[in-house]
Amino acid sequence: MSDQHSSALAESLAARFGETLTLSTVRNETTAELAAADLIAVATALRDEPEFRFSELVDLCGIDYLGHGQTEWDTESISSTGFSRGVEGQAMGRFNWAERPRGNNEPRRFAAVIHLLSIAHNRRLRLRVFCDDDTLPVVPSLTLIWPGVNWFEREAFDLYGIIFDGHPDLRRILTDYGFVGHPFRKDFPLIGNVEVRYDPEQKRVIYEPVSIEPRILVPRTIRNDADLMQAEAEAADHWREN
Amino acid sequence: MQEIRNYTMNFGPQHPAAHGVLRLIMEMDGETIVRADPHIGLLHRGTEKLAESKPFNQSIGYMDRLDYVSMMCNEHAYVKAIETLLGIEAPERAQYIRTMFDEITRILNHLMWVGSNALDLGAMAVFLYAFREREELMDCYEAVSGARMHATYYRPGGVYRDLPSQMPQYRESPWHKGNDLKRINSWREGSMLDYLEAFTNDFPSKVDEYEELLTGNRIWKQRTVGIGVISPELAQQWGMTGAMLRGSGVEWDLRKKQPYAKYAEVDFDIPVGVNGDCYDRYLVRVEEMRQSNRIIQQCVKWLKANPGPVMVKNFKVAPPTRFEMKEDMEAMIHHFKLFTEGYCVPAGETYCAVEAPKGEFGCYLVSDGANKPFRVHLRAPGFAHLSSMDTIVRGHMLADVVAMIGTYDLVFGEVDR
Repeated sequence: MSDQHSSALAESLAARFGETLTLSTVRNETTAELAAADLIAVATALRDEPEFRFSELVDLCGIDYLGHGQTEWDTESISSTGFSRGVEGQAMGRFNWAERPRGNNEPRRFAAVIHLLSIAHNRRLRLRVFCDDDTLPVVPSLTLIWPGVNWFEREAFDLYGIIFDGHPDLRRILTDYGFVGHPFRKDFPLIGNVEVRYDPEQKRVIYEPVSIEPRILVPRTIRNDADLMQAEAEAADHWREN
Repeated sequence: MQEIRNYTMNFGPQHPAAHGVLRLIMEMDGETIVRADPHIGLLHRGTEKLAESKPFNQSIGYMDRLDYVSMMCNEHAYVKAIETLLGIEAPERAQYIRTMFDEITRILNHLMWVGSNALDLGAMAVFLYAFREREELMDCYEAVSGARMHATYYRPGGVYRDLPSQMPQYRESPWHKGNDLKRINSWREGSMLDYLEAFTNDFPSKVDEYEELLTGNRIWKQRTVGIGVISPELAQQWGMTGAMLRGSGVEWDLRKKQPYAKYAEVDFDIPVGVNGDCYDRYLVRVEEMRQSNRIIQQCVKWLKANPGPVMVKNFKVAPPTRFEMKEDMEAMIHHFKLFTEGYCVPAGETYCAVEAPKGEFGCYLVSDGANKPFRVHLRAPGFAHLSSMDTIVRGHMLADVVAMIGTYDLVFGEVDR
């Protein structure tokens, strides 16, 4: 997959689909963002048209963009008492269910990300479909185009609660029978809600509210000063030995 | 006359042929499968969510525990994704080491597969023999990382340390002494590369032994030829990769088509099947072991001739040496920052795939510029393969389901994540 390959793909996608796709190519990886309503038509064309021939759907996963780009540790401005201590914040390791963050400043939270592979042309393409409604995220199902997407869609439904319209059998797949909630959402606590143990008195396995405290060891930090290239050059320059 | 109706049967989750914790609900018409519904998730640990709450480096160890039969290949995908976002590249020697260990891992995986699949189908001996060579290769894992399985050896920027110059030897004990001790230590006189050279010279004859036991075996052929036939079109529709796809005659191997590490520099062939049945997939995997052996030989030769660094010299991602820390304040600070906070990965997203022994193992990594990943998604080949179970086994006999589970090469660590 060379540079020309990827840009050629982006060009032919732009020529074929025009305004439907928002394209970007970074590091030879082409990403196309599109509206949920266009997904079926675009996917069918991508699979069937000789120019694209994306015969395999390699991967589909959900993403929850809640809290994207938020940090817990202020590294740029100093107050009179120094830098912040990095102990507050809303990372999912820090709260239990009752204290989960509810505010949502992202315009759209949920997206399904699809990775396609064309064996004939040796190309990959990433599609991203944002769900319009945060409370009821819906994306059309691709099961009629690539049957292999079936379990991937079930997984995204299970973990993120994204509903795939037209899926023949949208059940939970990875979580326990009778599980409540969608555990990979950013407002779902890392410690979970229930824990399970065998109760010798009742002689059965019982569910109880979690007893562990949420905690986090390393605060989430964003640093823009971490210039990797400069660090590499400094390390290569043996000024200490000279 | 009594009316005979379909009945439902439960298989697993604790069943020796289920390769872990697979639960299958099957609707049967006599001995014939009408519908198979795999229930997975019994080993779900939420690896992807755990990774979101930790600095990047601390999740490498989780990758070993996904597909716990091909540990280093999983690490490779994750580490490669981080390196892509960071824009760094491992030194050449580290890339050769990775190529070599990927292939060692492939042999480890295929040995486990051929042994357990044969065991499922009634051939006991192969399993015992396969563990003989697995043991020899796991000693290499132990020699470089200290752990026999969960190595955490690949790091962003290279590998944890260089190959050992002395292969550990057996010590005298009531069980190993005299000539016996001399024999088992005969490969271990020199470095790890000498040991691997001795291994690779010996290994093809061992593969011949497995083939002797299975390839022409009448019972083996009766159980696998014409069972679970997958057409190339079907394989692509169901997102199959690796030996499952190649068994159906599609010449697709990421090591050739989208080379990573040093696969472009080494010489090897891709075996493909013709009929797409369980027997062809068996032949493909056996030939892959021979090809992996070839790659290891080439890597050993290169590594012997070319010493050099195995980690990038960049203190933002790689720790400084103890020696440097003793006399350099800056190295000390870098070490402290690296192990308390980790490094920040520039915002962006990438999908990095490697040809793991079971198929395409991919890592989709989204970073928002922080010291922890925003989202990690691991694309496990076994997950896609198992989802096709219902389509493939319909109309087959119950015993063929076991052959099919075997040929999928399932490991539930990666299916359930």
